[in-house]
Amino acid sequence: MSDSSFHPLRLLQAFLRPIDPVLLLILAALFGYAFVLMSSASPERLDSQMTHMAVAVGVMWCAASLPSQRLLSLALPLYVVGVVLLVGVALFGEVSKGAQRWLDIGVTRIQPSELMKIAMPLMLAWFFQQREGRIGWREFILAGLLLAVPVGLIVKQPDLGTSLLVAAAGFYVIFFAGLTWKLIVPVAVVGIVAIGSIVAFGDTLCQPDVQWVGMRDYQKHRVCTLLDPTQDPLGKGFHIIQSTIAIGSGGVMGKGWMDGTQTHLSFLPERHTDFIFAVLAEEFGLLGALVLLLIYLALFARGFMIAARAPTLGTRLLAGAVTMIFFTYAFVNMGMVSGILPVVGVPLPFISYGGTALVTLSLGVGILMSVHRGRLVNKN
Amino acid sequence: MSGDMISFHAPEQDSLRFRRRVLVAAAFALACFVLLASRFYYLQVQKFEYFHTRAEDNRIALLPIVPNRGTIVDRNGVVLARNYAAYTLEITPARTNGLEETIEALNQVVPIDARDRRRFRKLLEESRSFESVPIRNRLSDEEVARFVAQRYRFPGVDVQARLFRDYPLGASASHVVGYIGRINLRDIERIEERDDVANYRGSDHIGKSGLELSYEAELHGVTGFEQVEVNAGGRAVRRLSSTPAVTGSDLELNLDMELQKIAETAFGDRRGALVAIDPSTGGVLALVSAPSFDPNLFVDGISTQDWKGLNESPDHPLLNRAIYSAYPPGSTFKPFMGLAGLTTGKRTPEQTISDPGYFNFAGHRFMDDKVGGHGLVDLHKSIVVSCNTYYYQLANDLGIDAIAGFMSQFGFGSRTELDLPGEAEGVLPSPAWKRQRFRKPEQQRWYGGDTISIGIGQGYNAYTPVQMANAVAALVNDGKVFRPHLVRYVIDSRTGEKRIVEPEPVRQIPLKPEHVAAVRRAMVEVNKVGTGARAFAGAPYESGGKTGTAQVYSLKGSKYVKGQVRERLRDHSWFIAYAPADKPKIAVAVLVENGGFGSQSAAPIARQVIDYHLLGKRPNQPAPEDVDAVESAD
Repeated sequence: MSDSSFHPLRLLQAFLRPIDPVLLLILAALFGYAFVLMSSASPERLDSQMTHMAVAVGVMWCAASLPSQRLLSLALPLYVVGVVLLVGVALFGEVSKGAQRWLDIGVTRIQPSELMKIAMPLMLAWFFQQREGRIGWREFILAGLLLAVPVGLIVKQPDLGTSLLVAAAGFYVIFFAGLTWKLIVPVAVVGIVAIGSIVAFGDTLCQPDVQWVGMRDYQKHRVCTLLDPTQDPLGKGFHIIQSTIAIGSGGVMGKGWMDGTQTHLSFLPERHTDFIFAVLAEEFGLLGALVLLLIYLALFARGFMIAARAPTLGTRLLAGAVTMIFFTYAFVNMGMVSGILPVVGVPLPFISYGGTALVTLSLGVGILMSVHRGRLVNKN
Repeated sequence: MSGDMISFHAPEQDSLRFRRRVLVAAAFALACFVLLASRFYYLQVQKFEYFHTRAEDNRIALLPIVPNRGTIVDRNGVVLARNYAAYTLEITPARTNGLEETIEALNQVVPIDARDRRRFRKLLEESRSFESVPIRNRLSDEEVARFVAQRYRFPGVDVQARLFRDYPLGASASHVVGYIGRINLRDIERIEERDDVANYRGSDHIGKSGLELSYEAELHGVTGFEQVEVNAGGRAVRRLSSTPAVTGSDLELNLDMELQKIAETAFGDRRGALVAIDPSTGGVLALVSAPSFDPNLFVDGISTQDWKGLNESPDHPLLNRAIYSAYPPGSTFKPFMGLAGLTTGKRTPEQTISDPGYFNFAGHRFMDDKVGGHGLVDLHKSIVVSCNTYYYQLANDLGIDAIAGFMSQFGFGSRTELDLPGEAEGVLPSPAWKRQRFRKPEQQRWYGGDTISIGIGQGYNAYTPVQMANAVAALVNDGKVFRPHLVRYVIDSRTGEKRIVEPEPVRQIPLKPEHVAAVRRAMVEVNKVGTGARAFAGAPYESGGKTGTAQVYSLKGSKYVKGQVRERLRDHSWFIAYAPADKPKIAVAVLVENGGFGSQSAAPIARQVIDYHLLGKRPNQPAPEDVDAVESAD
């Protein structure tokens, strides 16, 4: 066995063993998009993004190799470490751009809220698995508390975007665990009414002397800019105006690779990170955008399939939540770039430049693969 | 009712419900994506024509309108910082046909020298290729005319009317006003930190030091913008709409430029600092750091030569000695020590000690300046003749903790929070400070001898001139401590409304009026018969003062003789003063580096400043060095 272990084919086999080929294919397609778009938007960052991708694939492989029950057993320590770090940020964190998000641990600066995006659903999935068979309202209240503590800490930083993502991630687990519709429906209705009234009465609410309860000025500013981007054409509104121009002027077929005028005349802000979708829509048009939507839908479909067939309650909840996290990233990002959601710093999953989000997301893919493999093992 | 939520060991049912939920989630995701797709369809198909025209020719550009920076004037309206309009020649590298060729050809029309080129290269590195970068500033009308006639030859080159910052008084008060300079990467980070990026779109200068930095937010103003239609070449052809910029606020200072100039002249070519404060408001009347520099050099990027000259000069002209350099206070500390003795009850004004000319402590003999001692000394005499022995004993009786506790109330060893950036804390020594300051255990220990030296203002303690001046102001203000401030009003450019920079009493030191009166009586006596008497001879007003000498170099055991020490090793000369004695209108601290005794260099400067402030009397020459004063000790 040891003599043949150096055989390249065997090595490839060993690499592929924990991997789900369907997910790998989807990931490859998304990375392909990333490569093409980065070459156009910010070629000088191509090399470093390729490094990020390599690291991300490594992380994915490691997660995929771990049995899903082992992953779940990591939930409690990860969650505790995450919360402790968040408290650390609140006490000793570095302030950057008016928010306290980073913790300097000597070697490097870390952003503990990022860890929470995976630790949160893991923790809740593990928790419900522990209580399997006797899940009642007590469990849901406890789960709500487990979710509220880190989300509260992240809101305090203040980091609205990340706290929404973490809250959503936790909520998905609770939803899949069977939270009664009697609670979900009224909350959803209230939410829709609230958003509806903000849109309807935006002009009055956005007067400078109107204070919004529980919101920082910059958060109010973002919502108001979304409602009427022309209010702030040099600041945040500039981003939305320019990205909608980029998308709209792309038309059906797009202006062609490297030919996006908005992109290349630098009208488009943050074109390699949060607004990279606008580059896609400008250069590859509606067609390119729809193909990307289909690739994402394929990712969700595969994720939901894995969730539906997962062997245990914990893995089921985890896989379902991870899939919905992917969806949330994609929807919030494209919604914000096309001007139907406020600008909250959420990257386009697997495509935007940046290592942290890519690693987090690939960890999610690895978890899906691990759950999928668990089912096969169980069958055998 | 609870069947929806609670399950009793029914895995099949559980799994079924989970699958139903997955279906709901999938349907939700699909619905959201359909929403996205229809949004894309709306933007890219239905509104395509609209967005196509907006993007294709890139016709509508938003141009920022940079606000005029606020001006800075003194209390009498003398202008310290203003703007003037001038033409610059600017290049947008992305639009030229070859940068080098363009510059060469331009040189035939408008002379561009090597310095201009160097600066252009530097600015080019910091900017992006579609931004216009100035290559020549301050074009003459003739040069503008010559260029405009041949503009067609130079795509990407433009004449721009811009406002420049000008400091008409040059080096005078430059440590107060500071200067602006081009925005660099560090400034950009700061702007992003403040979430102020939109307001700096189009601005290329920002406050770098002095009031220009500390009042940047007020001086800068609010950037306006105009929507313009541009042609294919990127030139604006029609204005569609505009929101005007709001000019920055003007600053009116407490500073009196005449007083400031008299103080600056009084220093001659000596190094040092002076701070004069109005004790009743904390307003800074003059703040001098000598030598000074010309802030105009910095505005368009300082040349390497000029920078080297300023930065490498042994006199450190860029250093603001008034707020950043801390010196041992020497005997100017004694009035405060005396007050500490009275306030803590360790001394009464009448209590006397017998001074043999030295104080023995732990086997070490601390010397008085007067051989044989001053005889019987009470508080009054101890300040007037500056008796060291009195304060050696007092410091020993008080102990370091009581001294540090009392002195910290006067602001010694902490920033006064004056409205200038870069203030130093100084050092108010204490056992805790020593533990933090030093590494080795034997250095960390606080010795009794350390306390004795502090008693006469020598040893570890070191205070900035602004701290000294503010402490004097607090002393003559019966313990009311102000946050000193240079700016009196911030004047709104639109409404003309003057916002007062409030005199802020920071705290009230609990002092007994009779104790303060005893110390002040002694300080008045100093200027009548003591070490300040020669400098204040013939003054038509009563004043209080105290000289001090900060040891630069410890000549162990041997007596200090002026001529034998190299100039840079001579002691620093201190003088603190206030006047008039009964109702003080001015409190001054003067420090002359390597000026020798306080009475010799610093006191004559204080005299000229107070003379002008109270009498309007102008001196006809820099403050003289009183060579004979060497004889009289502090």
